[in-house]
This record gives sequence, structure tokens and C-alpha cells, in this order.
Amino acid sequence: MSLFLVKRWCATPLLRRVLQFKLYRRKIQNYNTTYTLLRHPWLKRLPAFSSSFRLASTQTDKETIDLSKFPVDRIRNFCIIAHIDHGKSTLADRLLEITGAIAKTEKNKQVLDKLQVERERGITVKAQTASLLYNHQGQQYLLNLIDTPGHVDFSYEVSRSISACQGVLLIVDANQGIQAQTMANFYLAFEAQLSIIPVINKIDLKNADPETVESQIEKAFDIPRAECIRISAKLGTNVENVLQAVVDRIPPPPVSTDGPFKALVFDSSFDHYRGVVANIAVFGGRVRRGDKIVSAHLGKAYEVNELGLLRPEEHPTQKLFAGQVGYIIAGMKDVKEAQIGDTLYLQEQPVEALPGFKRAKAMVFAGIYPMDQSEYPGLRSAIERLTLNDSSVTVQRDSSMALGAGWRLGFLGLLHMEVFNQRLEQEYNASVIVTAPTVPYKAILSSAKLIKEHGSEEITIVNPAQFPDRSVVSEYLEPMVLGTILAPDTYIGKIMTLCLTRRAVQKNMVYIDDQRVMIKYLFPLNEIIVDFYDLLKSLSSGYASFDYEIAGYQAADLIKLDILLNGRPVEELTTIVHTDRAYSTGKAVCERLKDSIPRQLFEIAIQAVIGSKVIARETIKAYRKNVLAKCYGGDITRKMKLLKRQAEGKKKMRRIGNVEVPKDAFINVLKRKDK
Amino acid sequence: MIKRTFPAVRRVLSPGVRYFSGRDTTEDVCDGTDSPHDTKQASLYVHWPYCLRRCSYCSFNKYIAREDNSHIMTQCFQRETETLLQLSQVSSITSVFFGGGTPSLAHPSTVAAILEAVSKHVNLFDKAEITLEVNPTPVGMSKLKDFCHAGVNRVSIGVQSLQDDDLIFLGRDHSCHQALQTIEEARRLCPGRVSIDVMFGRPRQSIESWENELSELLKVCDDHVSLYQLTLERGTQLFKQVQRGEVAVPGDDVTAEMYQCARRTLHQHGFLQYEVSNFARHNAVSHHNMSYWKGRQYIGVGPGAHGRFVPLGEGGVVREARIQTLEPDVWIREVQQRGHGTRRRIQLHHLDVRLEEVLVMGMRTTEGINHKHWELFSPQLGLHEVFGKSNDVQELLQSGQLILDDRSLRCSWDGLAVLDSILPALLVELETKILQRRQRNHSSDGQTEQASSPR
Repeated sequence: MSLFLVKRWCATPLLRRVLQFKLYRRKIQNYNTTYTLLRHPWLKRLPAFSSSFRLASTQTDKETIDLSKFPVDRIRNFCIIAHIDHGKSTLADRLLEITGAIAKTEKNKQVLDKLQVERERGITVKAQTASLLYNHQGQQYLLNLIDTPGHVDFSYEVSRSISACQGVLLIVDANQGIQAQTMANFYLAFEAQLSIIPVINKIDLKNADPETVESQIEKAFDIPRAECIRISAKLGTNVENVLQAVVDRIPPPPVSTDGPFKALVFDSSFDHYRGVVANIAVFGGRVRRGDKIVSAHLGKAYEVNELGLLRPEEHPTQKLFAGQVGYIIAGMKDVKEAQIGDTLYLQEQPVEALPGFKRAKAMVFAGIYPMDQSEYPGLRSAIERLTLNDSSVTVQRDSSMALGAGWRLGFLGLLHMEVFNQRLEQEYNASVIVTAPTVPYKAILSSAKLIKEHGSEEITIVNPAQFPDRSVVSEYLEPMVLGTILAPDTYIGKIMTLCLTRRAVQKNMVYIDDQRVMIKYLFPLNEIIVDFYDLLKSLSSGYASFDYEIAGYQAADLIKLDILLNGRPVEELTTIVHTDRAYSTGKAVCERLKDSIPRQLFEIAIQAVIGSKVIARETIKAYRKNVLAKCYGGDITRKMKLLKRQAEGKKKMRRIGNVEVPKDAFINVLKRKDK
Repeated sequence: MIKRTFPAVRRVLSPGVRYFSGRDTTEDVCDGTDSPHDTKQASLYVHWPYCLRRCSYCSFNKYIAREDNSHIMTQCFQRETETLLQLSQVSSITSVFFGGGTPSLAHPSTVAAILEAVSKHVNLFDKAEITLEVNPTPVGMSKLKDFCHAGVNRVSIGVQSLQDDDLIFLGRDHSCHQALQTIEEARRLCPGRVSIDVMFGRPRQSIESWENELSELLKVCDDHVSLYQLTLERGTQLFKQVQRGEVAVPGDDVTAEMYQCARRTLHQHGFLQYEVSNFARHNAVSHHNMSYWKGRQYIGVGPGAHGRFVPLGEGGVVREARIQTLEPDVWIREVQQRGHGTRRRIQLHHLDVRLEEVLVMGMRTTEGINHKHWELFSPQLGLHEVFGKSNDVQELLQSGQLILDDRSLRCSWDGLAVLDSILPALLVELETKILQRRQRNHSSDGQTEQASSPR
């Protein structure tokens, strides 16, 4: 593959250098990388556009931008990638201000971050897009900035954005230097063979050390330090240089306005009044209002009602031309009709579909239940509304004897899950019980009968109740991730110990400067989804950063762990665990149950069992005394109230045999631990 | 009129006579005539809201008096008593209990005035039990005689502990020595009618020290003991101390052992447990408290006092739970303005509410709820019908914690100690059965209606 690329790209000096680096990286990485990003072959083609091509002005509305003024060679598509909090959104704000897309005010703080959770957490979840008009050496350019999420959970979203770009601004904090997500994002851009412009931000800070960061960039990414642009996005220092670099260093999109219309859907959202709003990158030809278009994926035809640029607000135009990025509204009723990666073309001019994106796969699952069953309908509509705009969340109805009716949702990763839950709570005011996350396991069946039943040899197990017995399985598999940890070398000992306890296998270790070390580990996903990141942060005093990418499945010694109360199994507490983890998990569940099941009139044995073998036990002793002393002065109201409440609670308890278990006990065991 | 005032007058004039004759009145005065529908009788609870100081564990409605307002208080107590007696239309008061606060801080003449007000309007039986809570301080002790002259014939002494360290820590204003002296004096004045309050589960208390303390108490006590466990109440100083980890209270297992140990010890000394926290020898039970547990009417007078009676005087037919205004100054103003300080009235409309109270209160006694007593409140649904078929109740019967036989529904010795775990199951069962019955009645009503509905 690399040789193939060399042939294609050797004409471009910048890319040749990047490629050399890539070959070097390949040598030191002796494992298979599994980057999820696919590229469209046409993007790899050398620019073959006609710079002299001019469109006749068909402008009817003087207010709208005359898009015909922008021949393809004066268009640049780029995105900004960075580790969390390195200032990506602040730089975006400045770019918007300089190019006049938004007024310059004090209030412009992360204009592209529309969601409350984005502003609170300093992260970007949904990619937002803005077209900027920029004058450079007497020429007006159309710069399409595609803002991307900063966390690798959203690498799928990052990849959507990247596929529409030819270059990226790679931002690194002058104070913190390269972090785990800087690496991950760099690889995404690098794999997509984009021009990379390193930008060192926050040089105004007291402890800024751009020198060191430049050498890190040189060492880790093989990019000459001279190419780094030092800026302060906050103060606007040198931001103009960034725009110039975008024009000078990023190639225009390799497209032609000749030929049939062809566009890639790289994002979509839902608007209650107008239906689906699809963000598209036009790869060929042009499209105008009233055109009949077809989605290649579903084969359905639509009429274009509205289209335009995003500046970043929607700015309707009459047409969109090849090389441009904008939005289109065509009477689609469901985001599923505008699948990310789908191709749109004109009904009368069918084209071959662009190779679709890899579908984002849910890797972390969690149960979501309303606090009270009466809140079920409200929660349902909240989840429906949220998933309208986030097609990467998978939704399955689920129910639990203890928690009632709910859902099992699949997320791209942990942050994705947290962001989703936070949005549920903040935007829809829903109070929910979120169960501890689990991962999808697989089993290779050995029983011919079962294979026939399932229609395949390999099955995916999300619900522990469906875990097939060892006797009918030749192998169990668990999902793996390749984790990248960056930390000062003084913490490496502790970090290695932590990783060892998480069944991790070290893949490599590199110093990226005098003190900072980058280590790569292959982890079972299950080992990092609950508290790994928090522990890593606390044992490194916050200096370590962590990122991971999905790395396929590996054989694992998995078993089903049951919890018994006085000998009766508690269905909703059954879990699938790795053999090495069975004891600690079983013990932890028993302890948590002991703390949350109230004492009763008889002794309660809480046992964790594998098959018929008890591996952990806790005992709740019987009540010996539970009676309030005297009632004073005839004040029995309070006592009555208390007893009535207990009687009401009793009705709602889940009975396992003769043991009454309050809902809280299940919540305490099942929910994620508070940080 | 003469008849009515006579007992009070006699009480003031010749209290000594009462004490000696009082010894014989161990039988509940209203036994036999008892009926929940009998609204002719009630007991009276009088709440004295003031204390000298705040005990670190106490969350009751009490205030530290700023000035001597005993004259106004007396007037208001009299006024409210008269108003509520009139409202209730009872013809006799079966017992009176002066609680608090620290009612022994009140002037004996206040007690006399209240009793006089009662006697002026209704029949206060000569034999009626008149209890006063007393703090065993030298002042409290010195006034005992006058209280008895005023009509008090039963004394409940808040001994709490025989450990001086603990008394100081709990913020009590008496010493162990003073407590013993007070008991002695009270026994001299009201022989056989002195009760002591003792508290267990105190900070730093061990089972061994509790046992020693109990045997000390048994040497000096009279025929009645009330035991109670120190409970941490939100808002008290002790609660905060425990929350902050400055003070540790004994764990559940330890207090359970303390309770069982006390029950055994008292039993061995001839004290019969007749309620969760009350023990009596020679049948010296508290009739006033018994009437609560039996679900009889009671009138509450004074700031924050609770009452439960039918306000027949204003045409009422439903029993009400009534709570008087908490704050003494406000209560005084209200009584002066409209004759009483009732702040909240809750109509106990539904049969189920009444039955729930009968159940919860009755089960606290060792004799439990007998069929006849239950029938008075629930003529249609007998104890067997309500509880006989329930799985939960069957489990309790089988485990020997609950007893349901021809006599009554009651707790066993072991069951009484875990009553609060038993009651929710009984309440759920009661609610279910009442609901079923109501639905049956409704559906049969519906059928009748349909059959007779005109075209």
C-alpha cells in the first residue's frame, strides 16, 4: 500500500516528507493498526481542476454570495484538530472574526460549540462547519472550516470531517505539549494524507514553552520546526498567519465543476420544521434549488427545497458548486435517509456512489432506565429526540425486573456515553439511572445445532442472559483497544503497574522529548471503560493523557458470574467477566449489595457463583431489634407516616425468594460509580 | 355542679386520702365501657413547653423560658382546656398527663388550676390517674409534695442514667445522687405509682455497664420502668457530634443486646413488659399511655400538644388529629384571642386511617389486639379475615414472631423487638383487604344501580 501511495504522491514535496515519516512509523509499529478511517479514492488523485473555469453568474438574489466568483483553485477545505482544551474552538472563533463571519465581540466564546455540554466540558461533540471569505493578495478565497470533535470517541465524526478536507490545522498547547489525542488526531489526518499545519497555541501563557513543543512536533511527527506557527488564539496573535498558511499550504479540492453533480453527506441533523438538514461536500458538478436528487444508499428521490453555505449560520444560496461545502434540505424526514457517507446525485445523471464510510460501531453499552416508571414516556421522547441528531447511538428496548422498562444504548465510547447522558439530563431535564457500561463479547460456537439456530458460527453477546455455555463454544472473544498514554517519565512506573493490573500488553514506548514518554498498550476494552482514566489521572497528578482506538477482538477466558440471594439467582446482576476478574468483581458486587439491602427478619446470604462454585460471600444478619422506643405526648402522626412510607416501599420491592430488595440496591450495584 | 367541683376540691384539701386509696385502682377505669364510638370520654395531655436547658439529644418542642410567665400560662392552660373540653363534649376525663418540656418547672398551683378547670366542666374521676413528668433536680424534688397536693398521684422521673459523666454529656441538669433522692421522695409521696425513665444506647455505653446500671436501678425503683433507646434526631447537638465523628454511639447489635438484656433482667425482677418500652410490677401500668395504645380519644392542651377526638361541640362526627401551635408566645396569643391554639386539624375520615392507627398502636402492647377490640373499629373485617391468608403474615407466624389465635393478634417475645419490621407487612395487608372490600362493594352497588335504573 505504501509503495502504491508513493507513486501517486511523489509529486508533492510536503506529502512526500510526510510519507517518509509514515514509513518510519510503520517500522516501529509491529502490530496491525486498525484505523477506522476510509478515504475516498478520488481525494487521492492529484488536483486536476481547471483554474480558468468560470461560471456564468446566475445570481438572482443580490444578498446571497456569488459563489460563481470562486473557482475551485480559490477554495480551501480544512479542519482543526487538537487535544481537548488546546484551544481549537477559540482559534475557530478568531478565524470567524477575522474573516467577518461573525462580529468581533467579547462574547465570541466558542461560537461553533452549540451544545451546553460542549461549552461546559470544553469539548466539541457535533462537528460544525463554517465557510469563511478571506482576501489574500488581492484575491478572495472561500475557506471552508470544518470544526471537529476533539475526542477520539468521536473519531468517526472526525473522519467524516476530514474526508471533506485537504488540510488540517494541528493545534498543540504551548504549555502542555503533545498529548494522547494530539497523536490520535495526527494519525487520522496523516492516514488521510492531508496537509498538516502545526499551530502552537497559548504562547501568551506564562509557562508557555513553544521551543520544546516545536522539537516534540519535529520528533513525533517529523515536521520541520520552521513550519510551526506560534499563536495566541485568545489574544489573536499571529492568527492572520494561520489563514495565510491555509491558502498557501493546503491544496484546493481536486474536483471539477464539469460533469455530473456528486456530493458526499458528511453530517446531518434534524430540524423539527424543515426535516433533515444534510451537510454535504460537493465533489463534482453543481446543484440548485428545485433539482431532483437521489440518495445512492436508499435510491430515494427528493426535491431540493433549500441549500446554502454555513457561515456558520445557514446562509441560503441558489446553487452549490464542486469544491464547496454547505447544507441541503430536500424533504428527508429521518436522519437515516441522510446516512453519513451516502452519495447524492441528480436523478437524470446517475453516478457511481462514492465508497461509503465505515459505519460507526457501538463499543460501550449501558442500560438507561427512568428513575420512576411514570417518567418512561418522557424519557422515551427525550432519547428519540437526541438520537435524531446522533445516529451513532444504537437504541434497543430492554427491561429489568428491578428497574422496569428502559433501554440498552450503544455508544462509540465512554465520553460519548457521558455526553449523551449529560445532554439527556440538561436538555431534556430527564433523571435517569445509568447502569455500569459493558462491552459486546463474541463467542465462536462449536455446536452445529446452535450454529444453525443463529445462522452463523460467531455470535455477539450484549446481554449476559444470552451467554452460551462453555460446552457449546470453542472460543470466547473480547473487544480490544490500542491505548496511547503520554506522561512525564517520573510516572511511568506507576502507570505500568496500573496497566498490568488491567491485563494490558505493552506494545511500545518512545520518548517524545527529554521527559515525556509515549507508551502504547493493547487493552481489553472492558478494563478501561469504568475507572481506568480516573485512576490514570490521579496517579499521575493529572499529567498523563490517554486515548484509545478500537483494535479488534481477541480470544479471552470469559465466564458468567451469577449473584445469589439465599440461593436464588438475581437475574439482573448476572455479568460476564474475565476469569482473572471473577473474584474481585464478585466480591465487589456482594459488598455493595450488603451495604444496600436493609436487614430483614432472617439472615440473608449474598453469594457470587460461577456455575455451582461460590467464589465470594457476604452475610446480612437478621434484625435483632427494630422498634422505636416511646411515642411522646400522643404524637403518633410522625410514626404513622414513617411506617406508611415503609409499607409503600415494601410494595415496590423486588422479591428474590423471601428476600426483599429495594430498587436502590440494584441502582447501587448496577450504576456507574460516582467520580 | 357541686358534684363536678367536688373531686377537685377534695383533692386539694385531702390529697393524702387519694394516695392510699390510689393503690387499689390498678384496673383501667374505662375497661368494659370502652368503645371507639364512645365519645363521652377522653384522656388529657398537657404540654409544658419550657426547660431550663437544652439536652444534647432532645428534639422535642421545648423552649428556654426568658421570664416568668406562669400566671399567663396558667390562664391559657385553663382557657384552652375549657375550650377543648367543650368542643369534645366529653362528660369525663379518664386520666391526665403533664409532659414536656420540663413540667416540674411549672408552679404546683398551675397544675391545680388546670385540674380545677377540668373538674369544673367534666367528671374527673376520683381515681383518675394524674401523672407528672419530673426532672430529678433538688428544685423538682422540693416541689413534689406540693404537686401531690395539687392532685398529682403518679410521678414519672427522668432518671435517664446513673452515670454522672453521661448526665453531664447529655446536658441533663441533675446528678445521679439527686436522681436517687428524688426517687426516694417520690416513692414516699406516691407509693407504687412512681415510674422511672431510663435511656440506653448512650455514647460510650457498654453492655456490661448497662447491666450494672440496671441492677442499681432495680434496687431503688418503684413498680414502673420506661426504657428507651437514645435516637439520634436531626438538628440536635448530639446528631452533629456523631455526624462529625466526635462521638460514637453503640452499633445496632450492641443496642439490640442491651434491649434484650434489660427485658430479661426486668422480667426476672417481676416486671412484666406490657408495651415495647414499658414494664410494670404489681399491675402498676400507666393507664394514660394504655389509652393511646387502645386508640381512645385524647385531648392535647398546650404548645405543640397532639390530640385525637371528635369535635362534637361544633357538630363534628369524624375523629380529628389535632395539633396545637408549637411556639409558646404564639400559642398564648391564640388562646387569648380565640380560646384555643389548635394549628392543624386532620379529619381521620377513612376507616383505613383509623384502623392503621389501631393496628400500629395496639401491636406495641404485649397483649396485642384482641378480636373484640378490633371488632369495635372494624365490624366487617375480622382479624382472621384481614391477616389470616396473607403469605407475609404466614411467614411471620411460622417463624414465631407473630401470633394470631382465638385471643388476639400479637407479637411474640422475639417479635416485639422487631415490630417495626413486622408492621409494614401488616399495613400492606390491611390496605389490600380494605381495597378489595371496597371494590366488591362498589361492583355490587353498580349492579344494584343497573338493575334499578329507570328507563
